[in-house]
Amino acid sequence: MTNPDTRSVIVEKDFPHPPEKVWRALTESSLIEQWLMKNDFQLVAGRAFQLRMDPVPNWNGVIDCQVVTVDPGKTLAYTWGTLGLESVVTFTLTRTDAGTHVHMEQTGFRPDQEAAYKGANYGWQAFLGKLEHVLTSVE
Amino acid sequence: MPNAADRVFKALADPTRRALFERLARDGDLTVHALTASAGVSQPMVSKHLSALKRARLVRHRRNGRETHYSARQEALAPLVDWIGDYGAFWQNKLDLLGDVLERMDK
Repeated sequence: MTNPDTRSVIVEKDFPHPPEKVWRALTESSLIEQWLMKNDFQLVAGRAFQLRMDPVPNWNGVIDCQVVTVDPGKTLAYTWGTLGLESVVTFTLTRTDAGTHVHMEQTGFRPDQEAAYKGANYGWQAFLGKLEHVLTSVE
Repeated sequence: MPNAADRVFKALADPTRRALFERLARDGDLTVHALTASAGVSQPMVSKHLSALKRARLVRHRRNGRETHYSARQEALAPLVDWIGDYGAFWQNKLDLLGDVLERMDK
C-alpha cells in the first residue's frame, strides 16, 4: 500500500479446504460467479475474459481481464482493467496443515493513473457512474 | 476535523450537490445564475451547495465583474479515487464469499 510508484492491495485468508478445491473455486466459471462476479473465464494463459457486475449509470459494470499466469493448484494471475485503471490480480495458494492459505494481491495502481482522465468526458462520466455505485453501496 | 476524503464523500452524497458538480464537470465554467436555471432549486440554495462543494475543494470560483464563475476541480476527487482504488475491503468481502462457496462444494 505504501510503494509510491505502484500501489498494491494484499488480502490473505486461510481456508479449511485443500488447495485442489480452492483452485476449482478460483478457476471454474460457475463457481467464480458464486463468489466474485458473472464471467466467461477460461483457464487458458493469454485468454481474455470479462467479469460483469450489474451496470450502474454511466458504467457498464464490465471489467476486462486476461489470464496472465496459470500454475495449477498454486498460482493464478489475471489483468483487471476498468475505468482506466489497469492492474493485475494474483492468487497464490499454499498448502497448510489445516487446508490452504490464499494470498491475493492486486498491483499496478499508479498514482499518475488515478488523475489521468484521458478524454475528459468519458473519464468524468465513467467516474461519476462509479461514484454513484460506491455511494449507493456504502449507504 | 474531517479529512479530505470525508469532505468529498459528504459533499457528493447530496443529490443536488452531486448534480451541480456533474454539471460543472461536464460544462466547465458556469455562473451561479446559469447553474440555478437548471438546478431545480432556488439561487440561495445553489449558493449554499456551492459553498459546501467549495469547502470540500471540489469546485473553484473566480469573480468576473458582479458574477462569480464556478468550475470543477477534478484533482479534488483524488481521495475518492484512492478509496475506490483501495480494493482491500472489496477483496476481503469476496474471499469471505469464497469461503462460503467452498463450504457448499462439499455438499
